[in-house]
Amino acid sequence: MCTTCGCASGNTQIEGHDLHHGHAHAHDHDHTHSHAHDHAHSHSQSHSHAPDAKGDLHYGRGAAGAHAPGLSQRRMVQIEQDILSKNDRYAAANREKLAEQNLLALNLVSSPGSGKTTLLTRTIEDIGKTFTCGVIEGDQQTANDADRIRATGAKAVQINTGKGCHLDAHMVGHALEQFDLGEQGVLFIENVGNLVCPAAFDLGEAHKVAILSVTEGEDKPLKYPDMFHAADLMILNKVDLLPYLDFDVAQCIEYARRVNPEIQVLQLSARTGEGMQGWYAWIEQRQQALLQAKLDALESQVASLKRTLGKG
Amino acid sequence: MHEMSLAEGVIQVLEESAVAQGFSRVKKVWLEIGRLSHVEAEAMRFCFEAVCKGSIAQDAELEIIEIPGTGWCHECGKQFEYQARYDPCPHCNGYQVQMVAGDEMRVKELEVE
Repeated sequence: MCTTCGCASGNTQIEGHDLHHGHAHAHDHDHTHSHAHDHAHSHSQSHSHAPDAKGDLHYGRGAAGAHAPGLSQRRMVQIEQDILSKNDRYAAANREKLAEQNLLALNLVSSPGSGKTTLLTRTIEDIGKTFTCGVIEGDQQTANDADRIRATGAKAVQINTGKGCHLDAHMVGHALEQFDLGEQGVLFIENVGNLVCPAAFDLGEAHKVAILSVTEGEDKPLKYPDMFHAADLMILNKVDLLPYLDFDVAQCIEYARRVNPEIQVLQLSARTGEGMQGWYAWIEQRQQALLQAKLDALESQVASLKRTLGKG
Repeated sequence: MHEMSLAEGVIQVLEESAVAQGFSRVKKVWLEIGRLSHVEAEAMRFCFEAVCKGSIAQDAELEIIEIPGTGWCHECGKQFEYQARYDPCPHCNGYQVQMVAGDEMRVKELEVE
């Protein structure tokens, strides 16, 4: 399947199997994480160059400018390519596959301990009959969370990232090979508990959903603005504990809207069930929107074909 | 430490370019990194050096070009220098701000041989 496999995490496993196994890798470099930390700043190179930020920096300075043409093979190459372009290509492929299967994919991001897995198990118990639900679980180690999901009867695939701090689109693409949920499917991707790194990595999801429990500080959206900027929905979980805490809900929502004026907010308790209906309504609405978008595209395609036939 | 993954992303871009453009060594890399992007410049330097070992960019020099953040206010329509994602518009104090520059993470160009 993976002809241009860019496996970057040597410790990544899906359901206990090495992500690398069975793939013929075209390139031969070794991208493990195991060699990185034994040579800290002992060289002078990376800090020694003067940060001359004039406009002609990359044309007039450096070795290329100092070598006369003909004396060196050196040349300049314009690249202008995003660092995450490879991940983004995998994400686009995932998105296409998800659309083909009519799967609404939600990327759940939060700190560890915000209650993501409890939210998911309750959600699957409550709406699993209406929507077929599947879960991709991301953790550094253990299949504990996937086991908790499987106990509800839903399909779950565990990705262990090893040393990795986030899921990337390549790992999710492999996990997706194991899902076929059907017409009304919802795929939850429970990312590694981390409010920093997963913000940068598009997995091909329809929406990022940030979960913040009220036992955390209300200023989390300001402390980790990238994540709350990337999310379309913020869920405030564990609201049943509010009477015992100093958490200021209005202030938290105001902070979240500072970093993301468009963010939607739901308050609920996955433990008591309070507010869960709003979450289910949101999922249903997004699922409908996904199907409607697909229907619109197909109708426009049909109309175009009809016009072509009419003319022919 | 997602900078490690991002540094590996840089190497992937270099290797794909090496095939497409026919070069075998990278001597210097210019990255454009927005001040409000997901990259900490010093962490990127550290990780870049680590992942370069044994690659076509071994011992390559890394130059990071910082791109300042620019925000555009929906409420008053003005542009301003955007220091952080939670900053209000300095003209009207509104938070309906859209980032128009500052989240770049790009390989701009290379010196190769």
